[in-house]
Amino acid sequence: MSMPISGVPTAPDTGQLPGTAPGPAGAGQARLPARHALARMGRAIRSNRKAAAGTVLLAIFLFAALFPGLIAHDDPGADAYQPKLGISTAHLLGTTAQGQDMWAQLVWGTRNVMIIAFVVGLAATGIAVLIGVAAAYLGGLWDGSLSLLTDVLLVIPLFPLLIIIAGYAHGGGTLVLILVITVTSWSYTARQLRSQALSLRKRDFLEAARVRGERRLYIVVVEIIPTMTSLIVAAFLTNALYAVLFASSLQFIGLGDPNTQSWGTMLYWAQNNAALQTGQPMWALAPGACIAALGAAFALLNYAFDEIGNPALRPVRRKRVTRA
Amino acid sequence: MRFALRRLGFFVITLWAALTLNFLLPRLMPGNPALAMLSKFHGQLGPGTLHALEVLFGVNTQKGLLAQYFSYLHQVFTGNFGPSLDFYPEPVTSVIGSAIWWTLGLVGIVTILAFLLGTGLGIVSAWRRGGRLDSVLPPVFVITSAIPYFWMGMVLVLIFGITLGWLPTEGGYYVSTDSPGLNLTFFQDVLSHAALPALALLITTIGTWILTMRNTMITTLAEDYVRMARAKGLPGRRIMVDYAARNAILPNLTGFAMSLGFVVSGAILIEYVFNYPGVGYMLLQAVQGEDYPLEQALFLLITVAVLVAILIADIATALLDPRTRTGG
Amino acid sequence: MEHGAVRAVEDVTFDLAPGEFIGVVGESGCGKSTMLFAIAQLLAPPAEITSGSVTFAGRSLVGLTDSQLAAVRWKDLSVVMQSAMNALNPVKSIGSQFKDAMRAHGERSKAEIAGRSAEVLRMVGIDPVHLKSYPHQLSGGMRQRSMIAMAMLFTPDLVIMDEPTSALDVVAQRSLMVQIKDLQQRLGFAIIFVTHDMSLVRHFSDRLMVMYAGQVAEFGPTRQVFDAPLHPYSAGLMEAFPSIRGPRLPLTGIPGSPPDLARPPAGCRFAPRCPKVTDDCLTTPPALYQAGQVQVRCLLHRPAQGPTQNLRNENFAPGSPGDSVSSVATGGATGSVATEEGGSDE
Repeated sequence: MSMPISGVPTAPDTGQLPGTAPGPAGAGQARLPARHALARMGRAIRSNRKAAAGTVLLAIFLFAALFPGLIAHDDPGADAYQPKLGISTAHLLGTTAQGQDMWAQLVWGTRNVMIIAFVVGLAATGIAVLIGVAAAYLGGLWDGSLSLLTDVLLVIPLFPLLIIIAGYAHGGGTLVLILVITVTSWSYTARQLRSQALSLRKRDFLEAARVRGERRLYIVVVEIIPTMTSLIVAAFLTNALYAVLFASSLQFIGLGDPNTQSWGTMLYWAQNNAALQTGQPMWALAPGACIAALGAAFALLNYAFDEIGNPALRPVRRKRVTRA
Repeated sequence: MRFALRRLGFFVITLWAALTLNFLLPRLMPGNPALAMLSKFHGQLGPGTLHALEVLFGVNTQKGLLAQYFSYLHQVFTGNFGPSLDFYPEPVTSVIGSAIWWTLGLVGIVTILAFLLGTGLGIVSAWRRGGRLDSVLPPVFVITSAIPYFWMGMVLVLIFGITLGWLPTEGGYYVSTDSPGLNLTFFQDVLSHAALPALALLITTIGTWILTMRNTMITTLAEDYVRMARAKGLPGRRIMVDYAARNAILPNLTGFAMSLGFVVSGAILIEYVFNYPGVGYMLLQAVQGEDYPLEQALFLLITVAVLVAILIADIATALLDPRTRTGG
Repeated sequence: MEHGAVRAVEDVTFDLAPGEFIGVVGESGCGKSTMLFAIAQLLAPPAEITSGSVTFAGRSLVGLTDSQLAAVRWKDLSVVMQSAMNALNPVKSIGSQFKDAMRAHGERSKAEIAGRSAEVLRMVGIDPVHLKSYPHQLSGGMRQRSMIAMAMLFTPDLVIMDEPTSALDVVAQRSLMVQIKDLQQRLGFAIIFVTHDMSLVRHFSDRLMVMYAGQVAEFGPTRQVFDAPLHPYSAGLMEAFPSIRGPRLPLTGIPGSPPDLARPPAGCRFAPRCPKVTDDCLTTPPALYQAGQVQVRCLLHRPAQGPTQNLRNENFAPGSPGDSVSSVATGGATGSVATEEGGSDE
């Protein structure tokens, strides 16, 4: 090949940011420490409309989950009122066919949903990181078998599997739901994380760590994982979203514990009481809308992260240059 | 060729995994559910049935786990999934046979529509970056992808079925008045009954297709060969289709097929909401009725369907990409 | 995340006479490719032309839509890119990509299309049977040559080449250069040839432009720039390529790296690395000064009576009307690129 234009640098870099290597953009890129990446994300969230919308929605639901008593004053479980009341100031959404206040059910049900979303989100992402990064980094037979496991689980239709398992367990409570969903839904994000880890393997800073003699575990934990922070966050959002959808779907068909306060169980009771057909649409619409809203929050944040990570996807404002 | 073999190998392994899951699950659950089932049907089951159940679920058996496993596999491969308990004494296979066409029709049509509309909109939206389509579609479909399938169904039932009364909301056809067969009324009623479920399924699943197509298209549009096509002065439509879309779609085909699992999940829930007589509805009824043989068979069926879809997508990719054809 | 607008190309102005071969050299990131694509109106968002003009055969190209440009594209102005593997559509055969171009310009006859396609392939020494091949089936050198053949389809007046030989080995590079020069002499088109390897253009180009940090550092007849470089950067480059037959000299490079164009330095952009830097250099950005036949952007060559911006090279006056002359007067072609501190982490 021909010789490059600038010769071998003989003096240390001046005026360059620490950690960057000279040369064509893309080679020798530096990795940022994790807190730097988080600060960057914070800034990015503030500037991206989708991220802002998603964060606001999420905050509302978090608040409702943490402090339901502040927003809804009735006991969600008490059949204390006249059944089938319409919307009024006393009952913001009316009452159910059993005389329970719907608004209270909705607000108190948030807690169950958020717990499922976050626990499954974290656990499934944890598994995905473990398996995805291990497969990418260990390579060889490890990679082969872990990838096979991931792919098989990816292809097997999860929802039917969940239905069958929940059916055998005669509808467990929230814990069973969390367990079952976690164990089956990590494969998609594991695959994403594995391919990113694979592409990182070839980067220079990892070669440098290897040459320095660092142990594999160190490299994985200290070098690789912090670099993948934004993808890990995106994976968490994906897993949380699917946890909410799967869990509420299972509850809807009666495979969760119908006596827990949750949006999915509200829908179960609504369906069982033919809410739509008997003029109580709110019973079905409200919890469903909340599921959609929470899901949308996760999806918006996820989409925003996509745009942040890949500038090409950002909204483009079309301009035409005038003749100069 | 090697690739095809590896793929087939993968399918075999996945199928084996599904079978093994079917085998292990009832045996792992605390209190073998089949025992409960047996006591429920106490005395009503013939010896053939009892044997089949023994093999499938491991009840009343003296054999060790491994031996059970082999007799299970043997039974399955001879096509014997036992009798349905809800529809006793009809064998599972014929019970499924009646329902499968409904789901095939529903899911099949929706998948094709979602594919055509979804990829089309995704392509155009990426082509006109910054245009109206591009600014509206992504946020709209980010939100629709978060809507639970069944809720979409319920909303449509409320709007079009109950409030407006335009379309029926229950079943596959008017059971009381229609006679299934080759008559016009039947067809019309089938279509009108399929309309809302199909719409619900379409709305909730199309978002992913649009967005992934759009994103791949955007990446493809940045490729040098697209720039080259512009440099040659080719008309925009040709660049969009021949240079960009044809390349952008390739990596998505298999992904689309794999997402069929989600379409199927959606179909299950939507069939439930609409009491649509497909395999999804049947699965839920089987679970609620503790008809384990039927459940197991349906699960296998769905798995096989997804695998077949992936196979078709793989073949399509191979046909469309000359690099795989000529071994480049 | 830094969202800085980066001026990738600034204040580049030149005229190109028919049949002239201009080489543009510079290190990675100096803006040479951006300038090239700006000339051909092939920039894509987020890059855009913010000011300046590109006049081709009397017609201004900037601001035209793709359909307005279509008439000029390929017929009068064609492009050869760096990597044929990336520049050729992987799912279409070579022949069908040739056909696309011809049909886009009104050629309908199958016989004509087939005939011309075979003709250009033969011109570059490739058997026309390869019209049926797909890009991945050809070797690197053949791919590159078929891309050049494609550029010849309408015997354009100007061919823009972006490092067409970089992806090849040294031997293939040489033979490709010879082929390009041969085609040029036969068909008479002008060439703007961008490369980071100066030795390639040394013997083939009429004029040489050295770019640094988005600006022209030196521009003049190749022989002059090569034998007597005026800009310290060009001088440093020449020294980095010792002559294979000359005396043995210690190999010196140019220490440091190009500036971050999102925040260009106040004075001369090369000052931080310049061996001849003066205090003035750090504060006064040099304009392009005329020094004999060569233009140079260096305070060392500032005319005594104060800076004059002489933007036209006197020895190459615009040709008589009717000649196709392309002139590029770019106030700036700006790449608005989101740059990230320290590089991206995914």
